[in-house]
Amino acid sequence: MSPETRQELAFRALRVREHALRMATAGGCFLGASLSCVDLLVFLYFRFLRFRGPDDPDRDFLLLSKGHDVPALYGTFVELGHLDPARLKNHLSASDAIYWHPNRRVPGVEFHSGSLGHLLSVGVGVALDAKWRGEGRRVVVLMGDGECNEGSVWEALLVASAHHLDNLIVLIDRNGMQANAPTEELIPLEPLEEKFRAFGAATRTVDGHDFGALEEAFSDVGVGSGRPRAIVARTVRGKGLPSLEGRVDRWFCDFSPDEIEQLLEELRGGASALIESEVRVVR
Amino acid sequence: MKSGRYEEALREIAEADDRYVVMTAENRAPIRHLPEALGERFVDVGIAEQTLVGTASGLALRGRIPVAHGLASFLTMRAFEFIRTDVGVGNLPVKLVGSVAGLLSEANGPTHQALEDVALMRLVPNMGVFCPADEEDLLLGLEAVLASPQPFYIRLNTRPAAVAHDARFALGRAELVLDGSDVAILTYGTLFSEVLRAARLLESSGLSVWLVNLRSLKPIDEQAVLEAVSAARLLVTVEDHLASGGLASTVAEILVAHRRTTRLLPISLPQRGFVPALYDEVLEAEGLTSTHIADRIRAAFSEREE
Repeated sequence: MSPETRQELAFRALRVREHALRMATAGGCFLGASLSCVDLLVFLYFRFLRFRGPDDPDRDFLLLSKGHDVPALYGTFVELGHLDPARLKNHLSASDAIYWHPNRRVPGVEFHSGSLGHLLSVGVGVALDAKWRGEGRRVVVLMGDGECNEGSVWEALLVASAHHLDNLIVLIDRNGMQANAPTEELIPLEPLEEKFRAFGAATRTVDGHDFGALEEAFSDVGVGSGRPRAIVARTVRGKGLPSLEGRVDRWFCDFSPDEIEQLLEELRGGASALIESEVRVVR
Repeated sequence: MKSGRYEEALREIAEADDRYVVMTAENRAPIRHLPEALGERFVDVGIAEQTLVGTASGLALRGRIPVAHGLASFLTMRAFEFIRTDVGVGNLPVKLVGSVAGLLSEANGPTHQALEDVALMRLVPNMGVFCPADEEDLLLGLEAVLASPQPFYIRLNTRPAAVAHDARFALGRAELVLDGSDVAILTYGTLFSEVLRAARLLESSGLSVWLVNLRSLKPIDEQAVLEAVSAARLLVTVEDHLASGGLASTVAEILVAHRRTTRLLPISLPQRGFVPALYDEVLEAEGLTSTHIADRIRAAFSEREE
């Protein structure tokens, strides 16, 4: 990947993080979980997915199974130009279709989610249909690592393997944390990549904040293999904001307007924000 | 093994329209010959009801009409949240087919007894509920239910018909079978044939009977329920399902909404479930043979007359 491309993607990712951060006030949003997958979504929509817009009949499908990170998706839609940034301010208002989890009525959202462990099986259905029609359509299902606690994830993977769905890519936002605890302290998932391989997927683990590594993995792992593809992307909760990074207690965030301004500065490389808002526990 | 008539009808519909995908969570008894007939448009996900419903939702999202089979208790309970959230909230035209619901699980025991499937499916937004009285009733309604743009739960019943049904089938319309004036009986599903025989017994002992086969429980034919209340002096509901959330509850909801009252005798299954045994023995053990039903109705009717 050229330095120019990296720079362009990094610029988009910064903008998406700003959009997500601005949603973390006056009621808040799942900011920590959103920031860990911003680079994944920016890579997907600006480098990988065939997506000329929400109505493009030939588009690849991105299914956000880890629905609480929707601020990152909406921020990406703003950068793609098909979502009015003014709507992000309404994400807690009854007057707008935007809320804490993905709503299919927002153009670009392929299916609603929020209940973990659902969209891999939905992705199996979309990928099966694409195979039958002989389409080149690819289906990426973005999941959380904590989400892998759900048995339905593994059921769906068995079926994806049985049907040789190499047009289905499972992308795991491996930030190492779930709602209240590090995954390895609660229900250990490692060796996670091996689990996906044992269930029949072609797999790789990559640095989820390295656009070049993501591009290499997506263009290589399991392409044409007859196996579903699983990419474990190692990420950091709260990525981009050193004062929040890697903190298990900064999953859902609701900051004061002043804290948001400080965090915006921090995001752009300024001094660390002074956060006094209390930790919110929502699950 | 010969194909059943349900299987034949489904094969014809699916062969004529490639939007149809026949699916199952390894419940193949009613659709044994469809894998060869439909090729890749037959999908068996194995023993995985949640993935059955999720995959069906993904297919429906792409314009397919999945007809997804499972044992009624596992399909409606284990996958309930997928049904509510993906199929119902998504308003996708997924057709769920529940096998061996109610008494049809015979000797399987409590794990397989779906006594609350109708109640659960009634709760799902956009979901229709079709409970045919027998195989003929099923075939009369099948095409309309599959062609409907909404999701549907079919309480599968392929028992032979006890009577020639009214061939005019419309979604949400009940079938009036008898139009007497002493007792009005509302029923659906497997017990229809017992209820019909019970009605004949009541008639031979001098009571005239109004009998309705509801066919679809959601939407339900409210007019048919209200007419039954007006027609007779005692209203009876008969179902192989819990009264709570089933027909008895639904009728009560309709009566309250229309500010009507009546004397109601609900005949249903108890929450403890039914004694596991072959069908005819269950009817005996649970007091659901035509003779039992007629006796219970006669007793309630004479209580009213006192």
